[in-house]
Amino acid sequence: MSDLKSGSNLEKVLKAGHFAFTGECGPPMGCNVEHLKEKMQFLKGNVDAVNVTDNQTAVARMASIAASAIMIQEGLEPNFQMVCRDSNRLGMTSNILGAYALGVRNMLCLSGDHQKFGNHPQAKNVYDIDSMQLIALVKKMRDEGKFMNDEDIDENPKMFIGAACNPFADPYEFRVHRLANKVNSGADFIQTQCIYNMDKFRDFMKKAVDMGLTEKCYILAGVTPMKSAPMANYMAKRVPGIEVPEDLIKRLKGVEKKDQAEEGIKFALEQVEEFKEMEGIAGVHMMAIEWEHRMPEISERAGVLPRPVV
Amino acid sequence: MIVANRKPLEEIQDMIKDCGNVLLVGCKGCVTVCNVGGKKEVEILAATLKIARKKEGKALNIDEVTIERQCDPEYIELVKETVGNYDAVISMACGVGPQFLSEAYPEQKFYPGLDTEFFGGAVQHGVWEERCAGCGTCVIHKYDGLCPIARCSKSIMHGPCGGSAQGMCEISSEVICIWDQIVKKKMEQGKLEDLLITNNAKDWRSARDGGPRRAIREELLNE
Ligand code: SF4
Ligand code: SF4
Repeated sequence: MSDLKSGSNLEKVLKAGHFAFTGECGPPMGCNVEHLKEKMQFLKGNVDAVNVTDNQTAVARMASIAASAIMIQEGLEPNFQMVCRDSNRLGMTSNILGAYALGVRNMLCLSGDHQKFGNHPQAKNVYDIDSMQLIALVKKMRDEGKFMNDEDIDENPKMFIGAACNPFADPYEFRVHRLANKVNSGADFIQTQCIYNMDKFRDFMKKAVDMGLTEKCYILAGVTPMKSAPMANYMAKRVPGIEVPEDLIKRLKGVEKKDQAEEGIKFALEQVEEFKEMEGIAGVHMMAIEWEHRMPEISERAGVLPRPVV
Repeated sequence: MIVANRKPLEEIQDMIKDCGNVLLVGCKGCVTVCNVGGKKEVEILAATLKIARKKEGKALNIDEVTIERQCDPEYIELVKETVGNYDAVISMACGVGPQFLSEAYPEQKFYPGLDTEFFGGAVQHGVWEERCAGCGTCVIHKYDGLCPIARCSKSIMHGPCGGSAQGMCEISSEVICIWDQIVKKKMEQGKLEDLLITNNAKDWRSARDGGPRRAIREELLNE
């Protein structure tokens, strides 16, 4: 146990060599704790850890730290997300300490979508530090027991440090280098942006393996099942940094409207099967957005149940 | 230079709606260069305000003066005799102008005629773009002359973020992703390794975050 960095369930599952399966849960746009707990129950036992988003798409929601704490009470393990958009190094540092004090052991360091996309586009954008520096900050706190300013911390927060990676943003040739930079900054695990273009992702992973990155960190492939052809179209056209091949849109359009969701899940499950075999992939991050109730079925059909107890 | 835009006419009309005698003060500095607050623009605004007031059937007297610079007390001094004679004075300079005027003539009410926007330059006739955010510690040499602080929508020091697509920034298909350009330039030069280091977090004390700033040239103090 002593060689564990955080002792989180996710870390233990990965370290033991199991194929990890993580989920996602967005906090409510309000204080509806009951609904949040209901959503969490669909994930319980079906994943190793659950990402708790931090004002995702720049829409104001219940704090990630609060929803993470509620998740722990509900018996699930959170992967606490933190974006650089909404607070400066002081705010971030105190939230890391606070999250750890509340039992959080995984955290995901993100830049965050620009506030222009969200429901408070009038807000000031902070970006005191960026995601690379946030990773380094959490690592320094954990491994050196020091704040960013080099002052000592009384009892380090021992987080399993996650970061995101988007192989589909541009310039493509640079993406694997940026991943390397995140790994070198201290990322223990990576969750990728949702993957639809498998050809490109295979190529990306080959590069990552060749560079030795997959020996230094665990890469979880991001999967979001398409709910419908219009959703696929929307993501293809409107969401920057997401690539949806024409083939997939055609495939969804090729079935009746009522069957499109099932087709989307089928594609996602085929992806999971391939990821299980893909060199360098340590697991899947299943982002079934506002589809938590489908997660028991998705996990079951993905053949990842029961989740390992480590 | 400092780039500004003229405030919407309605906003200016509203500022002076109860005034019958107004002075417009232009500036021959940056705002003349970016065609928004020089002699010509002062003339245009004066004419426009008069026409608008006439339509309402009310009288409006507007006088015009354009001085060398409104960010210099020496030139602010030149309007001493006149500024007091008006119900309102509209400064057509950057945000420094109406403040220097207000400081010099506390009895008079000054209004900003412009919205001051950024430090930049003309990229083509009629188009200005931001280039600098005045962070107080310039690092552009590390990025081949491209400033990520002012030009990346997130001011990140390790880009491009996951939203960069086809050379454009995630916020708009009309905003270039400066990190895309930085990376491409480094790749062309075979200097990718420059970007593979984790830079320390920026010290924002030299920027506006450290409080209002002041520049002192000791050698000039005792002249
Ligand atoms: S690094 Fe700072 S001073 Fe230099 S151009 Fe950018 S914002 Fe301006
Ligand atoms: S897309 Fe490029 S310019 Fe826009 S925020 Fe991301 S890195 Fe910065």
